[in-house]
Amino acid sequence: MSQQFSIETQDLGRVYKIREGKKKSVKTLVALHDVNLQVPRGELFGLLGPNGAGKTTLIKILTTLLAPSSGWARVSGYDVVREAAQVRPRINMVSGGESSGYGLLTVRENLWMFAQFYGIPSAEANRRIRELLQVVGLADRLNTKSSDLSTGLRQKMNIVRGFLTDPQVLFLDEPTLGLDVGASRDVRAFIRRWIEQERARTVLLTTHYMIEADELCDRVAIINQGRVLACDSPANLKRRLQREAIFQIETSSPNGLSARDFEALPGVRQVAHHPGDGKATFEFILDAEEVVGAIINTMTTKGVRLLNLSKREPTLEDVFVDLVGRSMEEIESADKEMA
Amino acid sequence: MNSKSAISNLNSSVWRSFRTAAWLGWQIESNWTDPFLFAVYSIIKPLASAMILVVMYGVITHGDFASPLFPYIYLGNAFYIYVGAVMTGISWAVVDDREHYKTLKYIYTAPTHFPTYLCGRGVARFLTGTFSVVITIVCGILFLHVPIDFAAMDVPLFVVALLIGVLMLAMMGLLLAGVTLLTVHHYGAVGEAVAGALYLFSGAIFPLDVLPAFLRPLGFLMPITYWLELLRRTLVGSVAQAFPTLAGLSNAQLFAILLGLTALFTALAAIVFRWCELRARERGLLDRVSNY
Repeated sequence: MSQQFSIETQDLGRVYKIREGKKKSVKTLVALHDVNLQVPRGELFGLLGPNGAGKTTLIKILTTLLAPSSGWARVSGYDVVREAAQVRPRINMVSGGESSGYGLLTVRENLWMFAQFYGIPSAEANRRIRELLQVVGLADRLNTKSSDLSTGLRQKMNIVRGFLTDPQVLFLDEPTLGLDVGASRDVRAFIRRWIEQERARTVLLTTHYMIEADELCDRVAIINQGRVLACDSPANLKRRLQREAIFQIETSSPNGLSARDFEALPGVRQVAHHPGDGKATFEFILDAEEVVGAIINTMTTKGVRLLNLSKREPTLEDVFVDLVGRSMEEIESADKEMA
Repeated sequence: MNSKSAISNLNSSVWRSFRTAAWLGWQIESNWTDPFLFAVYSIIKPLASAMILVVMYGVITHGDFASPLFPYIYLGNAFYIYVGAVMTGISWAVVDDREHYKTLKYIYTAPTHFPTYLCGRGVARFLTGTFSVVITIVCGILFLHVPIDFAAMDVPLFVVALLIGVLMLAMMGLLLAGVTLLTVHHYGAVGEAVAGALYLFSGAIFPLDVLPAFLRPLGFLMPITYWLELLRRTLVGSVAQAFPTLAGLSNAQLFAILLGLTALFTALAAIVFRWCELRARERGLLDRVSNY
């Protein structure tokens, strides 16, 4: 079947009903709200958002694991609800940060078994397994029981499981979560290489690492509270902020000074506050460079000493702060406190 | 895609799912310990449970092992091993994959035929169950003089009835697997509870006449009742017919009832499983881990 888009959604919504305790009333949680996406074939598409933004829910719907509450979605031209059996042979999925797999089986047996489910002949499966394990640096663990692998190595085994079936559309849900810096870099490089080898391949990757989205994705959708707030290439998203001035100011102990003290100042669009050990970092998105004078004034009147001031190019983090009003870190720590 | 190639794809997916799941089930079932311990466990477990029953029987009947009730109980108990093994084996695969190995979502989203996959996972339990049944019956013949008349044994009927019964148990297991998809707990007790309850209502260890009249219809509705009766009759002939409950029915009638109820349970299992699967997908339960 020829189709322009590997992934297409229209007004896709998902509502969870949560019962709080046995006798309490049922609460509804909107995980996705009218999501409209079109991902062409050959694209490496990123979903960027904090934990709980709806990224995993969207992947679950697209991989036929979860039914949407409203709207529709197609993968490789097939409806994920009505034509799930046509979608499944064409996709694969890897979720990061979990240690799934049959611990009693060796790495090779785990991977071979999944290849069988996809109808890959044994000889071909074994060839691909050896090749992919070499790529992720697991070749020497071919016959190790997966229960004997560390979490990071298990994660690598799962990444191989995703690529093993050579899917038309690959869903990677936080694939580098739980991996060390070097392994994450290797995995990112491999994902990029894999998609460039064959233009019919498509990857949808969710992440809350800005650098991952920036470095890897052709286009990024920024998602928060189930809504897609912006969708464009990383360069275009950052270009939105190039008219504004972005400053990073490192201070001594802020003496009770918080982001709120600056929000009322004229010309201040967004402020993010990152407390540190005995010092703090503030990031400002300003309408114009001149506004920084008023900020410094506010700091000095509060007795806060400036340690460093720098103007920098906008990042996806700035785009996120501009769109949402808070940094991803702030949202996640606020959610943790509420929980 | 034309209908011929769609059917061929489905067939190959069904066979692939079954074969691979059976292989996986056997790896899990046989590799949890070393082969010696596995063999010891497989022999001792069924014998120990049979011996408990024999001792209880001996105490209650003051050692009347010549009564037709003894082979009735002994064989009923031996074949009942299949009920727990096959039925619970299939439904437990849901809990095992979702909670323990966290692989259910990858298997569900792969091009597997999901009900067939679950049935395949039950094959290993069927094989270990068969081993237990054989050990129990052989020990019964050798040491307890269970009166099996090999010359009078109806082997073809025994084999066919056994296989239909296993199919029926697999369908009941699938039905329970569907229910298990909707219970988001580390809760394997669904299968065990049902197997335990059926132990009382299927004539496994006592004839249905012993039950209060209002509970008997439950036993008559269960295909396991007719299956066990048929297996007993093919092995011990007339002794099994010494109890009035099903004595009025011929082997052919019992077989027809078993076949009919198996067909009914197959249809019921297909409908209930599909409904539960859709509900679990709607409610987001297919990959929800309770961590209990």
